[in-house]
Amino acid sequence: MNPTPLQSVSLALAGSGGAGVMTAGNMLLEAAALAGYYGLMTRTSGPQIRGGEAAAMLRLATFATDSQDDRFQVLAAIDWQNVGRFAAELPLGPDSVLVGDPAQGEAPEAFTRSGARFLPVPFKALAKSISGGWPNMVALGVLGGLLGLAPAALEGAVRKATRKGGEAMNAGIAAVRLGLAEAAKLEASFPLAAAPAAARRWLVTGNEAAGFGALQGGVRFVAAYPITPATELLEWMAPALTKVGGALVQAEDELASINMILGASYGGVPSLTATSGPGLALMTEALGLGVAAEVPIVVVDVMRTGPSTGIATKTEQADLNIALYGLHGDAPHVVVAPNSVADCLAATQWAVELAESLQLPAIVLSDQYFGQARAIVERPRSEPSAPSRLLAQPDTPDYKRYRVTESGVSPVAIPGARGITYTADGLEHNEKGTPSSQPADHLAQMEKRGRKLASADYAERWATVEGEGEFAVLTWGSCTGPVREAFERARRDGIKARLVSLRLLSPAQPDRLRDALRGVKRTLVVEQSFSGQFHRYLRAEYELPGEVHSLRRPGPLPFHPDEIHRKLLEWSRP
Amino acid sequence: MNAPAAASALSAQAFKSEVKPVWCPGCGDFSVLSAITKALSMLELRPENVAIVSGIGCSSRIPAYTSCYGFHGVHGRALPVATGLKVARPDLTVLATGGDGDGYSIGGNHFLHACRRNADITYVVMDNHVYGMTKGQPSPTTEPAWPSKLSPQGTGLREFHPLVIALAAGANFIARGFSGDPNGVARLIVQAIRHPGFSFVEVLSPCVTFRPDQRSWKEMARPAAVEATDDPARAARRLMTDDGFNIGVLYTGKRKPYAPTATGAAQQPSALEKGFEL
Repeated sequence: MNPTPLQSVSLALAGSGGAGVMTAGNMLLEAAALAGYYGLMTRTSGPQIRGGEAAAMLRLATFATDSQDDRFQVLAAIDWQNVGRFAAELPLGPDSVLVGDPAQGEAPEAFTRSGARFLPVPFKALAKSISGGWPNMVALGVLGGLLGLAPAALEGAVRKATRKGGEAMNAGIAAVRLGLAEAAKLEASFPLAAAPAAARRWLVTGNEAAGFGALQGGVRFVAAYPITPATELLEWMAPALTKVGGALVQAEDELASINMILGASYGGVPSLTATSGPGLALMTEALGLGVAAEVPIVVVDVMRTGPSTGIATKTEQADLNIALYGLHGDAPHVVVAPNSVADCLAATQWAVELAESLQLPAIVLSDQYFGQARAIVERPRSEPSAPSRLLAQPDTPDYKRYRVTESGVSPVAIPGARGITYTADGLEHNEKGTPSSQPADHLAQMEKRGRKLASADYAERWATVEGEGEFAVLTWGSCTGPVREAFERARRDGIKARLVSLRLLSPAQPDRLRDALRGVKRTLVVEQSFSGQFHRYLRAEYELPGEVHSLRRPGPLPFHPDEIHRKLLEWSRP
Repeated sequence: MNAPAAASALSAQAFKSEVKPVWCPGCGDFSVLSAITKALSMLELRPENVAIVSGIGCSSRIPAYTSCYGFHGVHGRALPVATGLKVARPDLTVLATGGDGDGYSIGGNHFLHACRRNADITYVVMDNHVYGMTKGQPSPTTEPAWPSKLSPQGTGLREFHPLVIALAAGANFIARGFSGDPNGVARLIVQAIRHPGFSFVEVLSPCVTFRPDQRSWKEMARPAAVEATDDPARAARRLMTDDGFNIGVLYTGKRKPYAPTATGAAQQPSALEKGFEL
C-alpha cells in the first residue's frame, strides 16, 4: 500500500485521566514543527477538575491553518472510558481509522457507526515491555508512524519534553520506536506530503500571543482574577511582567481587578486585565468609568459559552453584545477581535495602542478556541509600540484635563507632574473635571468622547479583506479559519468570492465595509452565536448589498470548511 | 510615605481646591477635609505627589476638594483603584477616602482584602452610620433598631465592627478619630501615612441631616485610656470590648508592606520570544 501523500491530516488522541494524552499530543505537535510542518492542537476534556477523560485534537499540514478539518482521519485511544462523550467533537468518516488497545474493549458505537475501521494496537502491553514505558509514548510513535514523520523529529520532541534526560527520556524514545514499528504493521497510513521550506516559526497559544502583544504594546501592570479559559494568559504574564519591569497583582474579584488597572493606568502605566464572559459582566460598570474618566485600559475577554457559567471550557462568540453594548449610558469605547491564533498578538497590541492614544477602554474579544489552541505559526513581526498617551506639560496655565479639542483627545496629567493636578471623575464634569449637571457640559463632553473614536486612523487594520467576486462571506474571530479554508477549496473550483473578517468591531466602519463589498450580490454571515449577534450588529451598523444569509450556531462545535464551501458551490450553480 | 519633602512646607490651605463642597452645613466631613489638608501640610508633602482616591457617597467627594491628584470612581471600589495606583507608582503617597456604606457594604470585600494585602496606603473612612447621599438609609454600622423609610422597623442586623474586622483581616495600623477634633484627626492621619503598610483611620463624622441624634457624639468621644499596642491579641480584646467612642491609635502592626517587585534589570519584551521559538 502506497497512498498518495496528504497536504493535511487530522488526528485525535483520547484517554482517561493520567493517560497523558495532552503530553503526547503536545509532543506530536512539536515533532511536526521540527519536521517543518504547520499545525495546531486543540483540546477537549470532561468536567472533572483533574483526572477526567480528555482528547488532544491535532491537525498537521503543509500549509498554515487556524481551522480544524471536516473530519478526523485517525482517532487513537489509550482506553475508551467515557471517550464516547467527545463523539460530537470528533467527527469521523468511512475512511477514518480507530486505533485502540484490544485489551481495553471495543470502540464505542458513537465512533464505529461512522464506518471507521478499527485497528488494534496493544498500547499497554507494548509499554509494559519497556522499563518505565508509557502507553501514551507508544501511541505517539504509532501516530508519528501513520503520518510518516521522521523518527528523528519524534525523538527530538521526546528529548525536548524530558529535558533532564535519563531514564524517562530513554524509556520515551524506546516506546516511540516500538510505536513506529507497530505503525508499519498496520494496514493504514496517512503520509504527509513533503514539508515546505524551513522558516522561523513559533509554537504558541492564542493566550500566550495575546500576553506577548500586551507587553509589546507597553502594558506593565496587570490585575488578575482566575477564570477559565483566560487564566493561562494571566499565568503567562505573571513571570513575564517581572522580567520587563512590570507587576501583576492577583485581585480578590473581577470588580477589583478592573478597578486596579484603572488606578495603575491613572498613574501613567499602561494596564490590562484578562477574563471571560462572567468576569466581563462584572467589569462593565468600571468600563463605563474608564470611558467617562478617560482612563486607558485593556480587557481581554477569552470568550466561552454562555449565558451564566455556561460551558466554562468551550468556545463561543456570544459576548459580542455585551462587549459592544453592555456599558450603561452612551459610552464610546473600542472593541477589537483577533482572527487567527497569531493575530492574538497583533490585535492585543493594537488594542493597547488604541486605548493609550484615545484614552479609553479597549476590549479584545478572543475566545477559548484561540486562547487554548497551540499552533505552529510563521514568526509574527512585532516591534514594541511607541508610548502614545498625550501628556500634559507640567505647570500648564489654566490646565483643563477634559478640554474640548478637535480630536476629542485632551492632554492628560500624570500624578507627580506639578501645577496640573486634577481629579479624574466618573461623574459628568466640565472641562476642568469638576462635577457638573449642566446639559451643555454633558453634551460637550459626550461629543468630545465620541469624536475620539472618529479621529483615530484604523488604516487597513479594521478587517482582513481577501478575494474578489460577487459572493462575500462576512465573519470575525475564530470563524475566519474555516471560512478561509473554504475559500481555498472554492478557488480550486474556479469560484471567486470575497472574505471580509472584521477586526475592529467598535467603532463600526461603514464606509470601509461598503467599499470592500462594492459589487457583491450575495453575502453569507458566519458566526458562532445562537441568536446571530454578529448578523444583528451588521444589520444595525452597516448597509449590506444584495441578499444576506446568516449561517450561525452556538458554540462549541466549530464550523467546518466543507459547510461553507458547499454554500459557495450552491451559489455558483446557474 | 515615599514622596520627598518639599524645601518649604505648604500651608494646609494650599492643599484645598476652589471647588465648593456639596455637603450640608454642619457636616462632619468639613472637619475631615481640614484634617487631611492639615496632615499633608504637617508631612511637608507636595500636592502633585499625593493621590486621593474615592468611591461614591457624601464623603467620597473629598478628592476634588483638595489640590492633590484625585480619582473619584464608582461606588465601593476606592481601595482597588488605590492599590493599583500604589503598586504601579510606589513613589506617590496614596490615600483612599469614603464613607461607611461605600467601604463596609458595597466595598466590604475590598476592605477585607486591602487589609490582608497591606499595600502602603492610608484609608480614611468617615463613618456616620447612614447613607446620606441617597437621603437616609441604614448602613452596615447603623444600629439595628434605627427606623428609616427603607427599614421602618430597623434592619434588625447587628452592626458591622470595622476596627475588629480590620484587625482580623491584617490591617497594619488602626485608629479612630472624631471629626469634632480636626487637629486630633490630622495627627492620626499623619501617623497613619507614616506607618508602613495598610493604615486604617475610622473617623466618626456625624450626619446632622439624617442622624441629628449624632450631635451627642461630642459628649461621648473620649481619648482612649491606653497606649497603642503592637500585640494583635491585646488589640482584639480592647476593640471587642470598646463602645466605639475611644479615640486614638489603637493598633500598630509590624507586617511588611505589599510590594510586588521586578526581578533584576528590566528586559525588552522581545527577550521573551525565545519561549515561542522552535
